[in-house]
Amino acid sequence: MTFQYHRPQSLGEATDLLGKDDAVALAGGTDLLVALRHRVVRPALVVDLKSVADIANGIEVEGGRLRIGGGVVMNRLTRNEEVNRHFPALAQAAAVVGSVQIRNRATLAGNLCNASPAADTAPALLAYGATVIASGTDITRSIPVEEFFTGPGTTVLERGEIVTAVELPIPLKALGSAFARVTRRRGVDLASVSLVCTLDSSGLARFGFGAVGPTPLLAESTFDELATDDGWSRLLSVTSPITDVRAGAEYRRAMLHVHSKRAFQAASDELRAAT
Amino acid sequence: MSPIESAVTLTVNGSRRTARVSPSTTLLEMVRARLELTGAKECCAEGECGACTMILDGEPVNSCLVLAVETEGSEVTTIEGIGAAGMTWLQESFLATGAIQCGFCIPGMVVAATALLERVPRPTESEVREGLSGNLCRCGGYSRICAAVMVAAGGDGAT
Repeated sequence: MTFQYHRPQSLGEATDLLGKDDAVALAGGTDLLVALRHRVVRPALVVDLKSVADIANGIEVEGGRLRIGGGVVMNRLTRNEEVNRHFPALAQAAAVVGSVQIRNRATLAGNLCNASPAADTAPALLAYGATVIASGTDITRSIPVEEFFTGPGTTVLERGEIVTAVELPIPLKALGSAFARVTRRRGVDLASVSLVCTLDSSGLARFGFGAVGPTPLLAESTFDELATDDGWSRLLSVTSPITDVRAGAEYRRAMLHVHSKRAFQAASDELRAAT
Repeated sequence: MSPIESAVTLTVNGSRRTARVSPSTTLLEMVRARLELTGAKECCAEGECGACTMILDGEPVNSCLVLAVETEGSEVTTIEGIGAAGMTWLQESFLATGAIQCGFCIPGMVVAATALLERVPRPTESEVREGLSGNLCRCGGYSRICAAVMVAAGGDGAT
């Protein structure tokens, strides 16, 4: 591991540094330091974003949206009152990322940028309709999270672009939601299947799926459609589980089906209790 | 090409310390090799085992996943800073409960458990298990380790 370390104070400086060849961004470091040690990445420059003034580590309500700063770590998310009130499935997903030690360093923005198909927070962000705010040298853009991932480990971010925040629309009407996650063991493990279902009072059901495709996936259906087997088949047709060290494709498909139905039921119950 | 070392100044166990490190030096390597505090252990070196757990600015972290240069101005507590003036209840409880076998994981376990009890003074057993789930014990001494934390927290430690 030989590289230079920079800790820029301004966003402009950070995007300039990350615009160079062989530069990588450092947020919590829980993925990056492992990759550096195994020489999966060999950067010339590591750009630590933790002192950049425009990358907040707070969570704010702004004009009907919850804005989660790019520096917010998982434990801060799980303990935040607004997150728990409006987006409980996101709080639950953040609470099972790695161990307490990992959650004190790992950021929500980093979980997205690392772009694992099994990224724990992605299904919740997909189902709740989150937007990724990214700043480059010239422009800042808002990217719907379902357009953010392009493949395992890859995103639409361009060289030099930095995720400064993630925004979620605070639901205007009652919303039920549920989170489900299948792992090989209790305790610290990566997901074999993970998902979040949300259901609103108009009957719209949104599912975010993790670890059952090349990227985290979004699928929509309705309460009425999900009364039929065909409806479930159509919903799950966006997924393409593979066999890997954590689970076989068949097992993933079976667990996906069962846990999607349970999550839908739980979201329906929650919605009914809220209305 | 060897990148130039830089000085990092931080507070370790209440004392202001400065070390010269290369950009790739981890917090763990700095504390062990430069500051000569060897209680925290390197085991997996990738954030799985928790043997290197330290408290960084109030929260437990894997010090193998933090660059030393990231900790400029920070406050770090290592196992050497816990019970420096006499063993804490938690440490006494580890001894009394027979929670220590080979001992390799214990510095990390004690640091993680100390951080847990600061946040949740009277944890349930499942909170203890969750709070220590980032710390592996290859002796498999989990029951007694959990019992030790429960006893220290005022419970009966029955698991």
